[in-house]
Amino acid sequence: MSWQASEMTPEVTWREITPGCAIFEGGTSVAVETGDWRTKKPVLDWDKCRQCLLCAPVCPDMSIPVKDGKRGEFQYFFCKGCGICAEACPFHAITMVRDEK
Amino acid sequence: MGIRERLSGNEAIAYAMKQIDPDVMGAFPITPSTEIPQYFSSYVDNGEVNTEFIAVESEHSALSTCIGAQAAGARAVSATSSCGLIYMAEMLYVAASNRLPITLAVSCRALSGPININNDHSDAMSVRDCGWLMLFAETNQEAYDNYLQAMRIGEAVGLPIMICQDGFITSHAIENIELVEDDKVKAFVGEYTPQHTLLKNPMAVGPYATPVYYIESKRQQAQAMIDAKRVVRAVADEFARMTGRQYDLLESYRMEDAERAIVIMGSSAGTAKQAVDELRELGEKVGLIKIRCFRPFPAEELAQALRNTLAFGVMDKADSFNAHCGPIYAETAAALYAQGVGAPKGISYIYGLGGRDVRVESIKRVFSDLEEISRTGETGETYRYLDVRE
Repeated sequence: MSWQASEMTPEVTWREITPGCAIFEGGTSVAVETGDWRTKKPVLDWDKCRQCLLCAPVCPDMSIPVKDGKRGEFQYFFCKGCGICAEACPFHAITMVRDEK
Repeated sequence: MGIRERLSGNEAIAYAMKQIDPDVMGAFPITPSTEIPQYFSSYVDNGEVNTEFIAVESEHSALSTCIGAQAAGARAVSATSSCGLIYMAEMLYVAASNRLPITLAVSCRALSGPININNDHSDAMSVRDCGWLMLFAETNQEAYDNYLQAMRIGEAVGLPIMICQDGFITSHAIENIELVEDDKVKAFVGEYTPQHTLLKNPMAVGPYATPVYYIESKRQQAQAMIDAKRVVRAVADEFARMTGRQYDLLESYRMEDAERAIVIMGSSAGTAKQAVDELRELGEKVGLIKIRCFRPFPAEELAQALRNTLAFGVMDKADSFNAHCGPIYAETAAALYAQGVGAPKGISYIYGLGGRDVRVESIKRVFSDLEEISRTGETGETYRYLDVRE
């Protein structure tokens, strides 16, 4: 049995789950969707964004990727909709909107 | 042929530990199990074992030490009693749910209050649902033999195991004992080779499980306990081939054609067997069932053993304070009900609390009660205290 974290989906049965839910590899948080229970999501207005990057370090998860000195689109897979980035943005470029499923 | 010796139950456990030479001992003293780490520490000091002896400041830490060590791939052991055992309670659950086959020797003692250092099963019974395997010994020999079998059972199913004996009654009383030779013990117990350990590959032990995963994890843990019944028997059979001493989940004593029976666990089984023998001499159809393996609980076996009796008494050296019965009675009654056995009348007896002496006459009084019940068909009060001053 490989017991890869990626196999421990919500469909995993009691026979297949790892004993004690132990995890046998590193960096598994990348595979875990933590953004499935938010009620609001941040939306970026690219015209207002000055790439000051004050939003990225205040994100408690890894929902704001930064590459080559510039932030990218929100990673909603991880975003819990806390709204701290919207509060931190001095240019009001981030708006929290109701998230619909 | 084994080695003839004279040892107390605590010495016997410490000696078994020496023969096994575990990797780590987490140790904190408490009466009446103190002698176990005490004897064992002299083996460590004399260089007779290679064990890392870690003296800590509490039982909670003693078991935490074992959990860390076992998760790292070591064989870890400890010993405790009474409030020490329930101070471990939080970590007992952690050890079991993380599937770490730690071995814990328990010299059973009453819980406060009133403060009391003598034997009953209040400590072990209070942690009976932590997910540990639990074997109980009647004699010093059984305590030693159970300990030699413990790691084989625990490691096969991935659950920790308690080897329980009665504080002072067997832990401090010296009895003749037959020890197994060191090389045979080493070969029987074998090496501990877990598939995953903290020291081999990256691994997280004891992570958070959301409601999506938690109950699947517990169902898997429950299966390990179910599977353990087969393993306890298989290990006992192998042990019997080595020593000639045969064990099982429970022991039926003179149960053939028995109309009245008592169910009992621990050292008082010896006293009760004497009572059975004396009553059998008088032609009374009485018998005894001794529970050796309390976790997993031998439900089917117990129901089968009792099904043809007219009346039985279940002896509990602990009270559940539920206003109707002791813990072994509750599980016995549930076992009978599940098997569709409804005919025998059952009485719950609470006895021997806080070291109250249990005599042959005490057990005979139980059989006398059962005789009246089977004759009249009237149970009367089913929740009784034995030998309490009225």
